[in-house]
Amino acid sequence: MSHADVTLGGPSAGLTERPAFSVPAKKMAMWLFIIADTATFAACLVAYGFLRNATPNWPRPFHSITNVAIMTFILLTSSLTMLLGIDAAKTGDKARAVRWVMITAAGGLLFALLHIREWIGLIGEGMTLLKNPWGTGLFGAAFFSITGLHLLHVSCGVIALVVVGLRYQGGRYNADDLEITGLYWHFVDLVWMFVVPLVYLLNLGH
Amino acid sequence: MAMAEEHKTHVGKYFVVYFCMLAIAGLQFVVAYSNIDGAQMFTRMMILAVVEAVLAILFFMHLWMENRGLLWFVAISTIFVLLAMQYGWTDSFRLAHGVPWAN
Repeated sequence: MSHADVTLGGPSAGLTERPAFSVPAKKMAMWLFIIADTATFAACLVAYGFLRNATPNWPRPFHSITNVAIMTFILLTSSLTMLLGIDAAKTGDKARAVRWVMITAAGGLLFALLHIREWIGLIGEGMTLLKNPWGTGLFGAAFFSITGLHLLHVSCGVIALVVVGLRYQGGRYNADDLEITGLYWHFVDLVWMFVVPLVYLLNLGH
Repeated sequence: MAMAEEHKTHVGKYFVVYFCMLAIAGLQFVVAYSNIDGAQMFTRMMILAVVEAVLAILFFMHLWMENRGLLWFVAISTIFVLLAMQYGWTDSFRLAHGVPWAN
């Protein structure tokens, strides 16, 4: 199809006029990214499950759920604050929208700091990528790779929220851009719902 | 600005879904401390996680309000990929119990 066909009303004209599923291109791109990233996380979690199932002396190093419960609460609440920001943006209240988006970013930052604190605690107990004091050395590699990949997503999300929030404030982005960033943030929250039971709760030492 | 005036707020619905998701996350923690075997615990936690994820996708990510074509596209492609990854589980049981060095 030539450019002339599209612009001058040739036989192929109109093919590029309607976006797929009537969804704007940026939002569609984000959905495609989310589907691809779902496959990435699912592959990691299935590989983790395979290793855990096939390894007899799998460690159960977690004795308290307090930290992971607080992290879950923060991430879930940050999803709500993101929605409040998008809702404010769609009603045209720019100041309130930016405030909620920045609160969301602060929630993400707090989550990341709690996660890093937990990592430091585990490293202090002797856990590395290749060994730990409780059982098979595979646990450290599995734990750090899955939670690390999630932490990377959270960190990127915090940066994206701040950048998009500031650009929205400056008038370069609109409410739809905030909504698309929100899709990513909810996805990060969604992945955590599977990481918590598989990586933490099933490894509680009773 | 016309769009902003037309926008119908969904804040009430967001709070309802948020509290449902908090409750489901809390249930996962309750299951973690219940006195049941590992397989049952895993099944219950995954069911709760899937319900939570569906709520997040439909209402937080607004897929319920999107074009039905997009909903089916996302659902079918994601579920297909997730199901296709499950073929290796039997091998993990073989490694745990069937190979000579397992015990």
